[in-house]
Amino acid sequence: MNKMVSNKATRRRYLGERIFKGATIFALTIAAAFLVFFFYNMITQGVSALSQAEILVDIHYNETSAKSYKKAVDKPYRKIVSRGWMRTLPLYMEDHPELMGTNAQEWVTATADVDQYLKGKPNRLKEKHKKKIDALEKEGKVKLAFNTNFFTRGDSKMPELAGIKSAVVGSILVLLVTLAVALPIGVMTAVYLEEFAPDNRLTQLIEININNLAAIPSILFGLLGLAVFINFFGVPRSSALVGGLTLALMTLPVVIITTRAALRAVPSSIREAAYGLGASRWQAVFHHVLPLAMPGILTGTIIGLAQAMGETAPLLVIGMMAYIPDTPTSITEVATVLPAQIFTWAGESIRAYEERTAAAILVLVTILLSMNAFAIWLRKRFETRW
Amino acid sequence: MNLLDAAFYYCIAALPIALALAFMVKARVQQAFSDTKWRALPIHYAFYIAIAVILPGILFILLMSILHLLTLYTMDGSLLLIIASTLSLIGTIYGYKHIKPTFTARTSVEKVIRYLLISAALISILTTIGIVLAIIFEAIHFFKIVSLWEFITGTHWAPDDATEGNTQGMFGAIPIFAGTFMITIIAMLVAIPVGLLSAVYMSEYASEPIRNIAKPALEILAGIPTVVYGFFAAITVSPLVVEFAEAVGLHADYTNALTPGLVMGIMIIPFISSLSDDVIRAVPRALRDASLALGTTNAETIIKIVLPTALPGIIAACLLGVSRALGETMIVVMAAGLRPNLTWNPLEGMTTVTVRIVDALTGDQAFDSPETLSAFGLGLVLLVITLLLNVISIYVTRRFRSQYE
Repeated sequence: MNKMVSNKATRRRYLGERIFKGATIFALTIAAAFLVFFFYNMITQGVSALSQAEILVDIHYNETSAKSYKKAVDKPYRKIVSRGWMRTLPLYMEDHPELMGTNAQEWVTATADVDQYLKGKPNRLKEKHKKKIDALEKEGKVKLAFNTNFFTRGDSKMPELAGIKSAVVGSILVLLVTLAVALPIGVMTAVYLEEFAPDNRLTQLIEININNLAAIPSILFGLLGLAVFINFFGVPRSSALVGGLTLALMTLPVVIITTRAALRAVPSSIREAAYGLGASRWQAVFHHVLPLAMPGILTGTIIGLAQAMGETAPLLVIGMMAYIPDTPTSITEVATVLPAQIFTWAGESIRAYEERTAAAILVLVTILLSMNAFAIWLRKRFETRW
Repeated sequence: MNLLDAAFYYCIAALPIALALAFMVKARVQQAFSDTKWRALPIHYAFYIAIAVILPGILFILLMSILHLLTLYTMDGSLLLIIASTLSLIGTIYGYKHIKPTFTARTSVEKVIRYLLISAALISILTTIGIVLAIIFEAIHFFKIVSLWEFITGTHWAPDDATEGNTQGMFGAIPIFAGTFMITIIAMLVAIPVGLLSAVYMSEYASEPIRNIAKPALEILAGIPTVVYGFFAAITVSPLVVEFAEAVGLHADYTNALTPGLVMGIMIIPFISSLSDDVIRAVPRALRDASLALGTTNAETIIKIVLPTALPGIIAACLLGVSRALGETMIVVMAAGLRPNLTWNPLEGMTTVTVRIVDALTGDQAFDSPETLSAFGLGLVLLVITLLLNVISIYVTRRFRSQYE
């Protein structure tokens, strides 16, 4: 060995080998480094959105503050307490007439600027308010508490009150529509193609179509949704229904392709055993093959749904990026979805939205990764090796 | 009452009735099952009656909706509901008379299910045809206003200045295509080397445990939504690029073409690496062994034997990557800028086909304004290119497969 390596040409070749191997490792390291950098970046940006500044203030429940909500708190506090919260006071007093004429001391949401100031981030707080906050902090009347608004409220023009609830509910509604459309049609198509279809022109055409459908850029599905579902069928714009239908068409090829693979994995001996007992072709498929292929079908469906859930571009085109603070209650109401909410927040000029965007991203990525992990677990758990 | 409501009410009414009748029939047949020789199982008769209840009405509603959509004839919702219900009633009576021992319910049910499956399969065709037709129709409207020649050769894109009558010289798409190709090329310059080399490492060098970590890790990259990449590009990468350019004495816009290109490249790595990994592993062991037996190093075997053998598959993977990059929307919408700009400098802002589509459709323009229609013109170009790339890549993979199976 040593003799060979002492040969100059061979040594060069061995060096080449090391360089090439190093290059492949380097490539993989780049990808891994990006992944680490990305998650580090999102987590450091997003975590601070989980806390929100609160201020201990005296609230005056009386006739004047019911008429003009600003009067509910003392003057120096008016600019540092969230206006969105103060606006809810008159209604709150109406619901709780027993509070009238009393004073209370409560922790209330501060403005986004106070919040950003406390977190040491850029803000537009005036000097006198900064001094006030510093003073309050010494007295322990300002604190960073867990940001419940972020999870229990919809979108808002005031960052301190903006939350992801309406977007999450919108996403769930959209996914339900997608599932209801894509799963039955996808599975039926796959069963037909794999188990019953004769090998003719029509079947080949369908096959080519499914492959093409999987390769079409998602934004073109948005154009389809706009031109066909909204303009032609008159489905309400921005609704979960039109979003779900559009995404269902995108998810369809994923469901079909994975279902076919799962059906193909069931050995023909199962079918033949069923025929041997006198079952018809249909009975063999529906009683034996399909149940055995179920784990594979579910895995494919979950992966397809995860893809659909992260999709934004087609939904922008069909109008699901509008400002929607209210939680939708039916699939025909205007709705927004989590990725679209991330998109709109990312476009906001107020800096306080940035950490909320990152936090929403963390929520979205966590959901998607757990869906994918669940799909993989499902496959591992129920996979039968024939 | 409109058609959609009528169809909805029909389903609400018909489904429980069908279900109830099915249970009733099943019980009746079961009771009489031991007395006479029945030609099918009770469950088949149950399915049969359920189909007899629902099918006539549904078919009628479908027919009427198609007529409505083709704008040939529109039936009033209430009338539709009445006729559909009557048809269902006739179907029920007709079906109910059939429930006797001599009737082979199973074959009838299976026939209906067969047609159901076929129609499901046809939906996938209809979707593709639907996309193509919808885009072509609107694109034709657009090309009536703007000549195709001007669209593909003009160098000035200013849809905001265009009005109903005056579109001359406003819709030249060259700068948009240039931006798209520039960003795609940058993305592929990142994705192809990194993706391909990662695939080589995973399939040729990596031990099983490393492979088991690396492969899912790369797949996580594919699972991150594009809007997240877009945010990352705009907030984190773009300032870095600007700073870096300043450090080497260049000026970069905040919305430059380099940033979305780089991030998009990262996004495409997993597509290229996992597809290439598959084809590299499909290269027969014997080829490698023969080469190694001649005294070559691993690298020489990979470069001279394995990669050339897997080349068609790798090309197909790259083509799919290119079509992903061309159609990618969110990253460019968030990081590439809106200004059509014909330049060779990737540090300037450029715009892409997808950005212009989103921009044209999210404004508050009327649906038939030239700007909105231009989205469909651009969409048509995008569709044709991606379908072409897909067909080529399918053709290339087929050839590869037939060689080594």
